[in-house]
Amino acid sequence: MNSIIPYLIVGAIVFVLGIFTIVYKKNAVGILMGVELVLNSVNINFIAFAKFVDTGIHGQIISIFVIILAAAEAAIALAIILNIYRMKATVDVTQLNKMKH
Amino acid sequence: MEMQEVLFYAIMAFTIFSAVIVAFANKLIHSAFALLFTFVGFAGLYIYLSADFLAVTQIIIYVGGILVLILFGVLMTQDIYDVKAIAAHNPLLLSLGGGAFTAIIIAVLISKKPWFTLLNKEFAPTTATIGKLILYEYLLPFEIASILLLGALIGAVYLARAEDKDK
Amino acid sequence: MITLALYIWLLPLLAFTIQIFLGKRLPRKGDWVSVSAIGISFALSLILFIRMLSNYSPDFQVTASVPWINIGQFKIDMGIYIDNFAIVMLMVVTTVSFLVHVYSIGYMAGDPLYNRFFAYLSLFSFSMLGLVLFDNLFGIFVMWELVGICSYLLIGYYFEKDSAANAGKKAFITNRIGDFGFLLGLLVVFTAIGSFNLSDVYQGVAQGKLSGGLLTAAGILLFCGAIGKSAQFPLHVWLPDAMEGPTPVSALIHAATMVAAGVYLVARISFMLSFDAMLVVAYIGGFTALFAATIAITQNDIKRVLAYSTISQLGYMIMAMGVGAYSAGFFHLVTHAMFKAGLFLGSGSVIHAMHHAMEKTNVHEDPNDIRLMGGFKNKMPATYITFLVFTLAISGIPFFSGFLSKDAILGGTLAFAMSQSNPVHYLLPFFGFTAAIITAFYMFRVVIKTFYGEPKRPDLYEHIHESPKVMTVPLMVLASLSIFIFYTLPSFNPISAEQGWYEQLIEKPASAVSAQLGYPVLEISEQIEHSAHVNGMMISILFALTGIALAFLFYFWKKVDVEALTEKIKPLYTLSYHKYFFDELYNATVVKGLLAWNNLLAWFDSNVIDGIVNGSAFIMRHFSSFTGKFDLGFIDGLVNAVGDLTQDVGQSVRKIQTGQVQYYILGALAGLVLIIVTVLI
Repeated sequence: MNSIIPYLIVGAIVFVLGIFTIVYKKNAVGILMGVELVLNSVNINFIAFAKFVDTGIHGQIISIFVIILAAAEAAIALAIILNIYRMKATVDVTQLNKMKH
Repeated sequence: MEMQEVLFYAIMAFTIFSAVIVAFANKLIHSAFALLFTFVGFAGLYIYLSADFLAVTQIIIYVGGILVLILFGVLMTQDIYDVKAIAAHNPLLLSLGGGAFTAIIIAVLISKKPWFTLLNKEFAPTTATIGKLILYEYLLPFEIASILLLGALIGAVYLARAEDKDK
Repeated sequence: MITLALYIWLLPLLAFTIQIFLGKRLPRKGDWVSVSAIGISFALSLILFIRMLSNYSPDFQVTASVPWINIGQFKIDMGIYIDNFAIVMLMVVTTVSFLVHVYSIGYMAGDPLYNRFFAYLSLFSFSMLGLVLFDNLFGIFVMWELVGICSYLLIGYYFEKDSAANAGKKAFITNRIGDFGFLLGLLVVFTAIGSFNLSDVYQGVAQGKLSGGLLTAAGILLFCGAIGKSAQFPLHVWLPDAMEGPTPVSALIHAATMVAAGVYLVARISFMLSFDAMLVVAYIGGFTALFAATIAITQNDIKRVLAYSTISQLGYMIMAMGVGAYSAGFFHLVTHAMFKAGLFLGSGSVIHAMHHAMEKTNVHEDPNDIRLMGGFKNKMPATYITFLVFTLAISGIPFFSGFLSKDAILGGTLAFAMSQSNPVHYLLPFFGFTAAIITAFYMFRVVIKTFYGEPKRPDLYEHIHESPKVMTVPLMVLASLSIFIFYTLPSFNPISAEQGWYEQLIEKPASAVSAQLGYPVLEISEQIEHSAHVNGMMISILFALTGIALAFLFYFWKKVDVEALTEKIKPLYTLSYHKYFFDELYNATVVKGLLAWNNLLAWFDSNVIDGIVNGSAFIMRHFSSFTGKFDLGFIDGLVNAVGDLTQDVGQSVRKIQTGQVQYYILGALAGLVLIIVTVLI
């Protein structure tokens, strides 16, 4: 806990898991969860560097902005997902390939 | 090992374990609840990083806001008792490949990067500093973020309502 | 001081911007925006004016400038130059402009393009104030053109009427001829001296960088701008037609301010006029003064009489500039601005009343025609009294402002003639005094025909009413400003302004030409000046009274039969009535000549140029048909081969595009791994 390495390892593992989730889930809400994991892993990296590398706490500020963006992104994404669900009665992204044709 | 350290590794393990459940759970609702614990775990780690304000923010926004949104998303878009909807996953191996790619990238980066000489700052409350930074140095991004949130708010309301007009 | 001047200058521009974009949607169509903008400008000018009076120093001046164009050696600065001269001019422009704005609220009420009218007025005020304030000839030129545009827009304000649209075009084109001279003059000055800044030009001329014939030419060319803008002979033809614009516009632009800009320009460049150039200026001015006055006698349109009177008075001012009586000429500009604006506004009040009477009685005749008026003094007392004051002022009767300035000009002219050995120069005072008698005559002719005697048309007379307060109050203000006292303070001498603030504060500008030559361009001794002024004053009072008496004899007591007299001197009458046929002359020479030249060019175009074009087209066509075949056979073959190849490759590759984002992410990740692995390992 007095070294940056454990935090970076947690960040890296969660990041990998997040990417995995994004690819693995077919459900759009599941993909959104993956994105949240990725964002959180990035945040912990920022905060860890703010504690161990930076003399100030600029990393924390960046994290705040990331959280703000995540909130906005989640709201919009869910609104879009709801709309898609109403139109197509599914949130399976493999079914949403209308743009392909 | 001190008590603090024990707790630290416990939280770390807890966080990673929850994240694994998020990734592999078959039912989306399970993933959602696991995500809750992941977020809480992150908040705990933030405290160890002397980011008290961010820990609280994490709980309030992620757990209180985003997660509730996601839960609503899950509940409103899917009949959770519908068996067919469960386990709608892409091929596992392919997805693991994606994870592997990411892991390779990170591994290469970690192995190549000469890390900074680290300092270890004392624990200190950061709320006041953050407040000052936001209102002086980061004032413009802060204001832009507020406009972004307003835009997102209006956009989300508009998108979610749009269908009502047709009906 | 500079900030104050900037506010004075830019407020009307702000009003214009607001008016042109939002005017229609504002309450009252936004007239208050323009009126308050110019009102504030007026108040600020008053502050400047009071400061000038409290300083009481003839040498006062402030300048400030910023670089405008800066390319290597080529530099133009834009700046503001304020001296007593500019402050007095600012005062005149803002006063008249403010009063005209207020007056227009009443006069233009109910007009469909009400807001646009006020927008134009604001734009005009802005450009005119800029013209006054700029410290360099180039800036003055820019503003000069801007006031020209405003004049064009406002003359053609009733553009659905053909005559108004044509009058606008005529004014613009005639002005362009003068402005071309101005531009050439600018080029001469810039080539010789390398700067447009007035003080640099002064230094340049004093050091002899511009001398001899070129200096005279530069002076005369710059003066050409003034000929056009101030409607001097031979470019005077546009001003009478400009009366097609609304009457407040005639008062503001075509009587008080814009046409006076020419005089202002001549005064500003007076330091670089050589003796020959001054003679040209003086003779053009003097001739115009007499010439326009003789036309004014026979006109029946009340506004046209005033227009010719304006030309004549401007001639006076220009003549004063030419004989070296700069301060007298500028003094006349100031007093003339007040009483002539008043005359126009007064005539506007009459026309307004006539117009309403005609609408009521369903008569369709010219509301400007003085032959339809008569006896209005009982119906419109305020208009009558103020109009009478203005008329007395323009006629040069003591106790009124016009007397002071006119007397100064006539005295100056007489002094000039007396100081020159060549007796021909007595022509100038002759022009001046004759014009003075005629001015008194035709102005009283208008007054008598409009306000005295029996109503010519009782049916219309019934419906004549005094104009609303918003129109009569500006008239009263202008009337009080036509009293001598405002110009002779701190002394109360009604027949001389010598001790007044004006003569004390506005000095004759030092001549750079004198500095270059080493001896004065024009030397008039004290003694000559004094005797000329005393004599001039006697003669001018006598002449003015004679003119008035003649007018009363002719038109009031009817001792002389006007009709019979007219018949007797028919040829002269016709000449004057048709304005010496200048419009016809220009039509026959300039317009027809241009049309013939155009026809020639058109013939050349359709035969010679078209022939060449057609010939080349013929060659090109044959060449094209050859290249066309080459295209079809060879190039298209190549292109098709490439296209087919692309299509085949595309067919086989499109299968990768599943449309599923997650596979794309995988692909992107794989690519990233590849890059990182190759770069870092």
